[in-house]
Amino acid sequence: MFLWVIQRDLLLAMRQRSDVLTTLFFFIIVVSLFPLGVGPEINMLRSMAPGVVWVAALLASMLSLERMFSSDYLDGTLEQMMLSPQPLILLVLGKALAHWMVTGVPLVLISPILGFQFDLQTDALLVLAVSLLLGTPVLSLIGAIGAALTLGLRGGGVLVSLLVLPLYIPVLIFGAGAVEAVSAGLGASAHLSLLGAFLLLSLVLAPWATAAALRISIE
Amino acid sequence: MAINWFKYSSPASFYSLAGKLIPIFSIVALILFVVGLYISFFVAPTDFQQSEAYRIIFIHVPAAWMSMFLYLIMAGWAAIGLAFNTRLSSMIATAIAPTGAMFTFLALWTGALWGKPMWGAWWVWDARLTSELILFFLYIGFMALQAAIDDPRRADKAGAVLALVGVVNIPIIYFSVKWWNTLHQGATVSLTESPKMASIMLTGMLIMSIACWMYSIAMVLIRTRTIILERERHTVWVSELHKETT
Repeated sequence: MFLWVIQRDLLLAMRQRSDVLTTLFFFIIVVSLFPLGVGPEINMLRSMAPGVVWVAALLASMLSLERMFSSDYLDGTLEQMMLSPQPLILLVLGKALAHWMVTGVPLVLISPILGFQFDLQTDALLVLAVSLLLGTPVLSLIGAIGAALTLGLRGGGVLVSLLVLPLYIPVLIFGAGAVEAVSAGLGASAHLSLLGAFLLLSLVLAPWATAAALRISIE
Repeated sequence: MAINWFKYSSPASFYSLAGKLIPIFSIVALILFVVGLYISFFVAPTDFQQSEAYRIIFIHVPAAWMSMFLYLIMAGWAAIGLAFNTRLSSMIATAIAPTGAMFTFLALWTGALWGKPMWGAWWVWDARLTSELILFFLYIGFMALQAAIDDPRRADKAGAVLALVGVVNIPIIYFSVKWWNTLHQGATVSLTESPKMASIMLTGMLIMSIACWMYSIAMVLIRTRTIILERERHTVWVSELHKETT
């Protein structure tokens, strides 16, 4: 069931490749806007880079949240999935992971190139990618709660940002913090360990809350 | 004689109980506010370092306390409503949210007023300020989610899930913000290590806190009564009530 959901969602995403690319290009454009907005001063850009890339990743991941459940909800597939004897938590976990593979993984892969734009050092680039690798699944897992709560509501997209962004803050702080620590000559292991802890914690708790939210939304 | 603990869990009986309790709490709140404000403005001495500006703590500290307590209480009632499917608990949770948001805003606002003369800035990215701001966002999110859902039962439950997720997150957010600051900013202004207070100042602050409690209870009861009337408008007891009063 778990693997089946992932496989199915990935297949659907591949059939509509524009959705994946839109998220990726949104990420690239937002990151590229900052040097245009604040000016090309390279020292300032270097110190801003971790925060800018991370905020852009947050926004990109959030933009695609609405799609996680809504198309399945609209054509009734979600209801059928919930009627199946398999545990709902597994289904939710599968959908969140598929969302991460579609939106999170491309961001992780492209982030070193964006880091070059901001003149980050090689070790900082590596840590940026690792922090995104650990952090973006947390964004998908927490975002799933928001997506499930706002399922089928008017203005769901805007509402989801209001619900989810405050909860993203710890990930943002430690994700950007890891890169800053490396740039400042300190080790990033403390920040990365905390990100890993968030990942484990949200892996356990978030599907549970999402399943509860889905049951409330579909009654 | 066995006490019926669940008598007031029915909206109809709670409605009349709340009606009796509101004047009591309101009057106590009013008296305490007058006493507390008198102490804070006329009895409490001028501070040695901060001169008159410190007097804002008499409203700032109680408001900040209330903002945190009320979120916990709101989440508690929401959890009870979710677990036992009791209508009234969810209504109370809904009624608490605007008061909590108001106190959070008040704490931020008075903090800014105090920060300008003391720190020279309206806003500092200090751990406390930032987490209070995030708390404000959580309240707003809770109210926005409930407002977006038309079916009140679904709104109750969805809000409860959100409030509980928020409760799990609040300690995480608080510590992350705290570490974030200590890691990257050497000198931050700590509010926790305040100079030892004169006892009259402490008395004034405690009286103001109790006044804020009483005010919150009265406000929540009033709002709960409104919500009860709105949701139960098709029931027999509300229409009988309507006939009695008109």
